[in-house]
Amino acid sequence: MAVIDHDVELRRAGAHVRGWGGALVHFMRRYPLGAIGALIMLLFIATAIFADQITSYDPTSTNPRVSLAPPGEQHTLGADFMGRDVFSRIVYGARISLAVAIGATALGCLIGVTIGLLSGFFGGWVDLIVQRLIDIMQALPLLVMALIMAASLGPSLTNTIIAIAIPLVPNVARIIRSNTLALREMPFVEAARAVGMSEARIAVQHVLPNTLAPLIVLATAQFGSAILVESALAFLGLGVPEPHPSWGRMLSESAAEYVRTAPWLVIFPGIAISLVVFGTNLLGDAIRDILDPRQRI
Amino acid sequence: MKACLPPSPDKTAPAQTVSDRVLEVEELRTYFYTRGGLMKAVDGVSFALKRGETLAIVGESGCGKSVTALSILRLVADPPGRIVGGSARLDGVDLIELDAAAMRAIRGNRISMIFQEPMTSLNPVMTIGRQISEALILHQALSRTAAMRRATEMLQLVGIPEPQQRIREYPHQLSGGMRQRAMIAMAVACNPEVLIADEPTSALDVTIQAQILDLIGRLQKELGTAVILITHDLGVVAETAERVIVMYAGRKVEEAPVAALFASPLHPYTRGLLNSIPRLPSIERRSDGPPVQRLQEIPGIVPALSNLPPGCSFAPRCAFASDVCRQAYPRYEEKQGGHWAACWHSDKLAGAANA
Repeated sequence: MAVIDHDVELRRAGAHVRGWGGALVHFMRRYPLGAIGALIMLLFIATAIFADQITSYDPTSTNPRVSLAPPGEQHTLGADFMGRDVFSRIVYGARISLAVAIGATALGCLIGVTIGLLSGFFGGWVDLIVQRLIDIMQALPLLVMALIMAASLGPSLTNTIIAIAIPLVPNVARIIRSNTLALREMPFVEAARAVGMSEARIAVQHVLPNTLAPLIVLATAQFGSAILVESALAFLGLGVPEPHPSWGRMLSESAAEYVRTAPWLVIFPGIAISLVVFGTNLLGDAIRDILDPRQRI
Repeated sequence: MKACLPPSPDKTAPAQTVSDRVLEVEELRTYFYTRGGLMKAVDGVSFALKRGETLAIVGESGCGKSVTALSILRLVADPPGRIVGGSARLDGVDLIELDAAAMRAIRGNRISMIFQEPMTSLNPVMTIGRQISEALILHQALSRTAAMRRATEMLQLVGIPEPQQRIREYPHQLSGGMRQRAMIAMAVACNPEVLIADEPTSALDVTIQAQILDLIGRLQKELGTAVILITHDLGVVAETAERVIVMYAGRKVEEAPVAALFASPLHPYTRGLLNSIPRLPSIERRSDGPPVQRLQEIPGIVPALSNLPPGCSFAPRCAFASDVCRQAYPRYEEKQGGHWAACWHSDKLAGAANA
């Protein structure tokens, strides 16, 4: 049998971790992929916030003289048909993606948690009706659902957020409901009743906080799908309207005509979308592992 | 009819009733309507609890002890359970008749409960301090900071070291005994008149059991709380209670001061319970040679509540059972001073105990 080095084992378990910095280093060692995901997300968020400082061109100003300019000194990632700087448009596009992803995930979770909690904790006929409605909604894929919503609401930032948020609701409601069903039978709920708490208060103060771990995991995953769906909607012309730069629309504007002649118009927005979705997935997996109590020692 | 009930509170002077008896339960009936049939989990149970006293309710699993307690707090899940009759009066106010809001104002404030499982009766994602302060915020309209200060005092009172630090900790950071102390702190935070302890020590190891029982006893003296101690452990009863109620199949079968009950049980079920406690002499004698006394068990199991035998429900398991036992349920009557029992053969039993 191999000799066990206690120091090495303790180190791996994180016994030496001190303070925030130490915790960060430990996280990176333990979940290297998660750390990469977190780094991508940080980069993405920083890009969105500091877009003005990063770019030297206005993403909406046109310049016919540099139409379809290849990547080079003047335009790092090239320019599109109307002479707009691709790098600037990708950087500002991050803002739209982030706004839609945060907005849609937050709205979707808010509605989903409310429905799931009501449905799971109070049950009865409300639960029955809500669950059948959710069954119907889940029969349609996320993208199809978002397409229908976006087409009927019309293109605008708010409408895009709503169109993506609503199809996210069923998943959240399902997860919260199933967790609530298990939690409401827990002795601490009975104990809260014995203390004289009202049912509504028990639901919000005792049950809801216990559903946060699965919710965070789900929200991270949905953050990624929200970005993807936003791009898809924009690609189909149903997303955030001009002049706001959106990664999906950058693709759709150039995909058909310029994919051979000016591939940078397609490649770079494509990379941006893939990278961010990849980042959320990596981070999401790491968060799931961390929050899973069976893996926490 | 007169013999079926303990001295009725209605016949004593009302003023004295209010001062002396804090809780009066009368003919309480809680039935469960299930697929398996009608379960009379609590079937006409009556008792009175004096201020500051400890009343033990004992019996095997499934005899209705816990349901009695939950019925008093109106916490029986409906469906399948329902309180179908009787009353439970707290200082003269019938809890069974109260509306939901008025009942909530009583729970945790004037009557509170300690549960069996300290591991799962605390919310894992809330700090100990917040959980103790909940009752104070609800019932005494304290601010969050004032409630937390009081919660710290409560932790001190129940003997948890470093309460300042402990109120900020989560349940998983505390040991089982500590958690039960925290549960007790939660239960007595509002200084209730009645504390129901439902097997408060069953999930704890023996050394901690004694500490927790001592703690409940000490708090009872300091705060003047009346305690209903629900247990199946007669050792615990002998140590802590003043009076004992023995329940079997949803009914009260015997009630007596603790000394009288242990000296001469008047119901064969109680006798069976007492005989099933291991005694030290039987272990000591083992080395000397004389035959080791086998621990006596009560034969059989508690009958299904949906299918109780006619007559005395204990008759199928009873060594004293005769024809009359199988035909009619015995009257619950005062056999000796303050010693009540429901058995046709109490006299025989009393003789046997002295022999």
